[in-house]
Amino acid sequence: MNMFGNYVEHYIALSGALFTLGCVGFLVRRNVLVQLMSIELMLNAVNLTLVAYNRLHTGDMNGQVFAFFIIAVAAAEAAVGLAIVLAFYRLKSSVQSDEADQLRH
Amino acid sequence: MNVGNVFFALASIVALAGAFMTIASRSPIRSAVGLLITIIGIAALFLKLDAQFLAAIQLIVYAGAVVVLFVFVIMLLGPDARDSGGSVARARVARYGAGGFFVLLALAAAHVVSHAGGNPTRFGIARPEHGSVEAIGQLLFQNEIIPFELTTALLIVAVVGAIAVARGRPHVRRERKGAGPSERMFHGPLMARDAQRPLPTKAAKAAKAGGI
Repeated sequence: MNMFGNYVEHYIALSGALFTLGCVGFLVRRNVLVQLMSIELMLNAVNLTLVAYNRLHTGDMNGQVFAFFIIAVAAAEAAVGLAIVLAFYRLKSSVQSDEADQLRH
Repeated sequence: MNVGNVFFALASIVALAGAFMTIASRSPIRSAVGLLITIIGIAALFLKLDAQFLAAIQLIVYAGAVVVLFVFVIMLLGPDARDSGGSVARARVARYGAGGFFVLLALAAAHVVSHAGGNPTRFGIARPEHGSVEAIGQLLFQNEIIPFELTTALLIVAVVGAIAVARGRPHVRRERKGAGPSERMFHGPLMARDAQRPLPTKAAKAAKAGGI
């Protein structure tokens, strides 16, 4: 039985499960740090989809280049997001996202 | 079952377990470790998909930079990084309701897709250069040179912006001098023994320098 990992659908199902977990974490958790990590999970799931479909179309590697750029953007997003968390913590002494209910302090 | 099947099964179980650990654990440092486990699992899957360069980049950028950044921030915040205080009951219902609704949506989508019919698509034989550093480098520096250069601009702007946002404005820092642990961490003296000693003024510094 030579099954697991040789069909694109397995990767898509796994990627969907990872994306769902990330989205649920983003919606359910109140901790901004965990929400940022959930965003990273979702970005990783999308990367997995891109690379899996790119393996199907082996003529070019545009999917992998897309994933490369997503990784770069995700790194920038994490840096800025964590800086915002620090600034928010300085104002409220808390990292719970429901404390962020004002545009000014 | 051959080695590749076992590899895929192990990597996907590792990735899913890490993702579950990320969203379910109370302590954010455990969430960060869960994210690290997921990233390692996905890097292994990239290897299985003939994306060697991306697997290396994934490990370097995510495990080496992003997770370390998360751990830095968690350690900087200390115990305040944990969940604190009770939430409003209605808000809690809304959050769990939204999460449950999304799970239902995902399950419905999975049901529709799995009953759509059609044969599963098996991977063909990959070209030997598929996903290699040389091939990706050719593509990045020839066809995609403009997005690549824009990425460098994006990263520089992100670094400068992160520093600017994390430092805050100076006058805001000066007017918030207090004794709480967070205040001391960001606005006050670093050591407790310095609490009673004001910083030397410019005139005192000049006098000292003149004396020497």
